[in-house]
Amino acid sequence: MNFNIPFMSYRRFATIGSLVLLIMSIGSLSFKGLNLGLDFSGGTLIEVSYAEAADLVDIRDLMTNNGFDDFQVVNFGSNSDVLIKVADKNGNSQLGDVIYKFLLDADPSTELKRIEFVGPQIGSELRDQGGLGMLVALGMILLYVAFRFQYKFALGAVAALAHDVVIILGLFSLLSWDFDLTVLAALLAVIGYSLNDTIVVSDRIRENFRGERGFEPDEIVNRSINQTLSRTLITSLTTLLVLFALFFFGGDMIRGFSQALIIGVLVGTYSSIYVVANMLLGLSITQDDLAIPEPEGAEFDDMP
Amino acid sequence: MNRFSIWTYAFILMVLSIGLIYSLPNLYPAKPAIQIAYTDSGKSADQILLNQVQDILEDQSIGVESVGLKDNNIIAKFNSFDDQLAGKAALQNTLLDRAIVALNLEPSTPQWLRDIGGGPLKLGLDLSGGVHFLLEVDIDSALDNRLESLLNEYRKKFRDDRINVESSRKEGKELLFSFASDEDYNKALRMFNEDNITPLGTPFYDLKPNSVRNLVEVAYSQNAIKEIRDYAVGQNLMTLRNRVNELGVSEPIVQRQGSSRIVVELPGVQDTTAAKKIIGKTANLEFRLEAASTTSRLRKEEFDFQDERMGSAFLEKNIIVAGERVTNASSGFDESGFAQVNITLDMQGGRAMQKATNGNIGRRLGVLFVEQKNKSVLIQDAEGNDVIEQTSYIEKEIISLATVQAVLGTAFRITGVGSPQEASELALLLRAGALAAPMKFVEERTVGPSLGKENIELGVRSIIIGLLSVIAFMLFYYRWFGFAANIALFANVVLITGFMSLLGATLTLPGIAGIVLTIGMAVDANVLIFSRIREELKEGKDPQTAIQEGFSRAFVTIVDANVTTLIASIVLYAIGTGPVKGFAITLSIGILTSMFTAILGTRAIINLMYGNKNIKELRV
Repeated sequence: MNFNIPFMSYRRFATIGSLVLLIMSIGSLSFKGLNLGLDFSGGTLIEVSYAEAADLVDIRDLMTNNGFDDFQVVNFGSNSDVLIKVADKNGNSQLGDVIYKFLLDADPSTELKRIEFVGPQIGSELRDQGGLGMLVALGMILLYVAFRFQYKFALGAVAALAHDVVIILGLFSLLSWDFDLTVLAALLAVIGYSLNDTIVVSDRIRENFRGERGFEPDEIVNRSINQTLSRTLITSLTTLLVLFALFFFGGDMIRGFSQALIIGVLVGTYSSIYVVANMLLGLSITQDDLAIPEPEGAEFDDMP
Repeated sequence: MNRFSIWTYAFILMVLSIGLIYSLPNLYPAKPAIQIAYTDSGKSADQILLNQVQDILEDQSIGVESVGLKDNNIIAKFNSFDDQLAGKAALQNTLLDRAIVALNLEPSTPQWLRDIGGGPLKLGLDLSGGVHFLLEVDIDSALDNRLESLLNEYRKKFRDDRINVESSRKEGKELLFSFASDEDYNKALRMFNEDNITPLGTPFYDLKPNSVRNLVEVAYSQNAIKEIRDYAVGQNLMTLRNRVNELGVSEPIVQRQGSSRIVVELPGVQDTTAAKKIIGKTANLEFRLEAASTTSRLRKEEFDFQDERMGSAFLEKNIIVAGERVTNASSGFDESGFAQVNITLDMQGGRAMQKATNGNIGRRLGVLFVEQKNKSVLIQDAEGNDVIEQTSYIEKEIISLATVQAVLGTAFRITGVGSPQEASELALLLRAGALAAPMKFVEERTVGPSLGKENIELGVRSIIIGLLSVIAFMLFYYRWFGFAANIALFANVVLITGFMSLLGATLTLPGIAGIVLTIGMAVDANVLIFSRIREELKEGKDPQTAIQEGFSRAFVTIVDANVTTLIASIVLYAIGTGPVKGFAITLSIGILTSMFTAILGTRAIINLMYGNKNIKELRV
């Protein structure tokens, strides 16, 4: 496939689009916040399975009668599977066993699928660790790209990654999807994926800048994007193929993971075309930035 | 042009066959089995037990595939889960308390594969079912205990050296001593300073002397606190290992995590409440002398007897020996037929016991049972609603108070411990060890066996569907080149499985997701190469040069792109726990193997197809 799309002539629209998405995401994150999953919020979760469709109202009544007040009862996957979440109570690790016991008393066909208890301290530690990990990953990638390419590329790459991460987080916040450890893992995988794309495009931009003289920077950037476009689209397609397989057939425990990655691949593909290029042009990259460095010391000869 | 030397082909074949051989064990399904061990952890399973097991199974005519000895245990393999359950019931009913009988899954890896270190992938708890506990060791209370006994130690020393102490008490995290005269103060300070000289030169106490008021404040130094913490966590770790062994779980994990936490993972455990009860038992024992009626109120404490009919008694505050010094315990009967517990202490414990009982023959020695319990109280919150609040507290009860007949050493016995049943329980608890400090559960994940099985099925299904759709697309879009890439992709999945099995890495549900993701992303390298070749062809280069250039020019890009992804997955490994770590592992291994198969593997196939041939036209 040959492409010759004047991407760079639309870059103002893309910038506005990205900014709108970013502002919406940050807005939702700061006003609504994330719907933190058990890993980060702490508390108890219990999943049980019944022989037939479960009556959620009955289960809620049962919970209230047994003295619970802050809880959620929802179907999980099918209508015979039930997920109960209970907010943390002073780090009490027995709640899951207590609940399972009275559910079993009420209906002997109740089958326990899982109980998870995360103490409040662990929850907040995982939160801190997750945030820190994200920053460390971004920082290390910034260094690597700056070392292999040039600092303008590094800024572009990190801007693209931050752009992707913030938009995914924003969407999770806006749609109130559960944000748990697997979603955090997906987010880091998105960083890896989106970076893959970004590097491929950057690599071509660098090659073209070095190879051909006498073109305008935006012309070179545009040509580089078109040259790598077919690869960008094919890789996104194959990755999306497997992610949809995971989304539809992988079960409910990793649905959040595949959701985050599907969005990540879409946003990441877009960002490797527009965000990096925009940043490079915004930082007014020139051919001199990418010239192969001359041996140092030749022009510094100010010894008396 | 475009040919590899024979050595390159040999290298590729070698790597692939290693991957293939070590992924083979995963094709043999695990068999239902029963693991049998003697209850006495000091005794290894032997031929006698083996014969007994065989006889019992034969008597009940339960079909068994094989019975054999394996690392101190007897393993009986069955052909069906029904036979396994029937076998367990039969064995338990006959062997009773003499042996621990536990359900188990045994890999049926052929001997020749096992000989070269092959084995199936380890499954994480989310796939195998089981329990994961994270326990936090309460270091503060370990420190409190230490300070308490330090206080007693110095009181005794000062008494022995005739140093007049005006007052001595524990306040928060330090001890306060005030002395009657300058002379006493100086003598005591010299004693503290002498005690504070350690072989490594790092002080054990932080001393704050006040010569005006003749006051000395003693606290543990940071070093000492670290040492005490390491000791407490290490001791608890050992105790937990012993308790887990008594549970008879195959391949349990008991590990320290961070400075004061312990992870316990019990794969395949079905009765989680029972497991939790035994793991979480925070019982300890303390041996203390009964206080004389003249002992000051400050030096003695009143405790209830466990047997309510016996009321209460006063014991000295000074602890002679605590449960962690017990090396062995067994139950038996004394001369008159009453139950007793025989106890063996380690050297240090024996010495302390000897010192304490020497000169105290005729006095009574109390055994205190220390247990951490939870209490629920109904309180009212800010809005006036009734809420249940859980608080943990420590309960200490006297289980025996018996007259010391002789100077005690490392071995002695406690009588008056109730029924033979109670005696054997106490012995078991002592044998399994005591905790150096109380612990609490800070994280717990239980996965039922049905969910684990379901997760494996779903995971395998999504790998197959993902793999097939990518293969179909590559064939359709790149034809023969796509075929080469597909073979490389397939080899990649084999390599990931093989190397993960070889490294003993654990496969989790997110780990499966990682493999699926790798399948999608692994073709990226091939796509990059093939697009390059197309471009080269378009520029009018001949097919052989185009292939050559395509591979070499795409190489740098592929390495750069993969190194950055590797950075992200290493960070993920560092911050993640359990399942997420599993994802990071498969992703990292997948990146490395995919670079090998996509660059070297595909190149080899394409070289075989096109190398050294005169091709007029190349369709990519």
